[in-house]
Amino acid sequence: MSTTDWPLWEVFVRPRRGLAHTHVGSLHAPDAELALRNARDLYTRRQEGVSLWVVPAMSITASSPDEKDAFFDPAADKVYRHPTFYDVPEGVAHL
Amino acid sequence: MYGNDFSEPPEQPGARSLLDQVADAERDLELAAQQDRPTGTEDDYFMAVIAADQKIEPRDWMPEKYRKNLIRQIAQHAHSEIIGMQPEGNWISRAPTLKRKAILLAKVQDEAGHGLYLYAAAETLGVDRAELSDMLIDGRQKYSSIFNYPTLTWADVGAIGWLVDGAAIVNQVPLCRASYGPYARAMIRVCKEESFHQRQGYEILHVLSHGTPEQKAMAQDAVDRWWYPSLAMFGPPEGESPNTAQSMAWKVKRFTNDELRQRFVDMCVGQAEILDLTLPDPGLVWNEAEGRHDYTQPDYDELFRVIKGNGPCNRERITHRKAAHEGGQWVRDAAEAYAKKKAKVSA
Repeated sequence: MSTTDWPLWEVFVRPRRGLAHTHVGSLHAPDAELALRNARDLYTRRQEGVSLWVVPAMSITASSPDEKDAFFDPAADKVYRHPTFYDVPEGVAHL
Repeated sequence: MYGNDFSEPPEQPGARSLLDQVADAERDLELAAQQDRPTGTEDDYFMAVIAADQKIEPRDWMPEKYRKNLIRQIAQHAHSEIIGMQPEGNWISRAPTLKRKAILLAKVQDEAGHGLYLYAAAETLGVDRAELSDMLIDGRQKYSSIFNYPTLTWADVGAIGWLVDGAAIVNQVPLCRASYGPYARAMIRVCKEESFHQRQGYEILHVLSHGTPEQKAMAQDAVDRWWYPSLAMFGPPEGESPNTAQSMAWKVKRFTNDELRQRFVDMCVGQAEILDLTLPDPGLVWNEAEGRHDYTQPDYDELFRVIKGNGPCNRERITHRKAAHEGGQWVRDAAEAYAKKKAKVSA
């Protein structure tokens, strides 16, 4: 019955006082311009934001939850990446 | 208020409003996301996430039955929003004042938005919206029984807001804590907007019931016709609801149909008094010992007839949806052809 299959777009909104765009959901639209207009109507009806990004879902690559431990593991054994790892001699100011 | 404290009667002084409960659910969802995830493989991990009240996300492993059950529930929820635009849309051109008309338009626009949030949530489970739309049109998937009843007067728009959206909220507030992340997040968004729908409906009835005797009679007639179909929205009673036990074990549902129905009745009694309208149930009395109202159950035979496609407006609703879909085919084709052409030009 449905012969048209519009691509899926992921929608990101930056709130009025927000620093970054946040993912709010997704929608189907034939092109970027209509995706943007529909996202405006759908996700900012109540002044939720001042900036919108739409991205074709096909363009997003996500990390896999199956390998998340191995994938994010290296961070844990590099404690020297944190400033608290380092001893600061007593009496040093502004460090 | 936390999780299962939901059963606290809302009319108690100091009880949290439904909107507060939605805010609580949203806060808990954010807190849960900050906790360490359980470890383990497949089933262990899945059950541990649910036990810890954390959320299953689209790329997590999940039992096939969980996935299927969620697709069914979320899709039918989405369909209900889309079909639900029809009974109210019926009164847009005939709304009695410009203000009421603008409100009704905004409300129907919200319903379309709710449909889209929900289709998007369903799609994270690996189905396609176009496929779900087809399943609605050819009757393989259902939508809420309530939208198969006709809107005969302007007061019906008020009764739908108060009773139908009210019942929907009572049903949906616990779903803000559903174990599937995308569904819970969609429900939080929906409930916040649904609360506007319920209040505007209540206001319509309140204005009518404090207007002329004719207006009051119209309001009463609408409440009389929508009361039992609204009670039936919570689904069949305990023992006749095939999906309840499994849905509760998976923390998709948090309460039984009967528990939610009871809560709705308890809520409505006080609200009806302030409207100065009566609920059409001579068996409705306060049960002091149980701390709740006794009431007459809706006609479940009627509910099953309606669900099977034989309610007053079933054929009309689907025919209308199908005509819009098929009649709009050339517009979708045009949009697609235009997008292709533009992509070629810019390439």
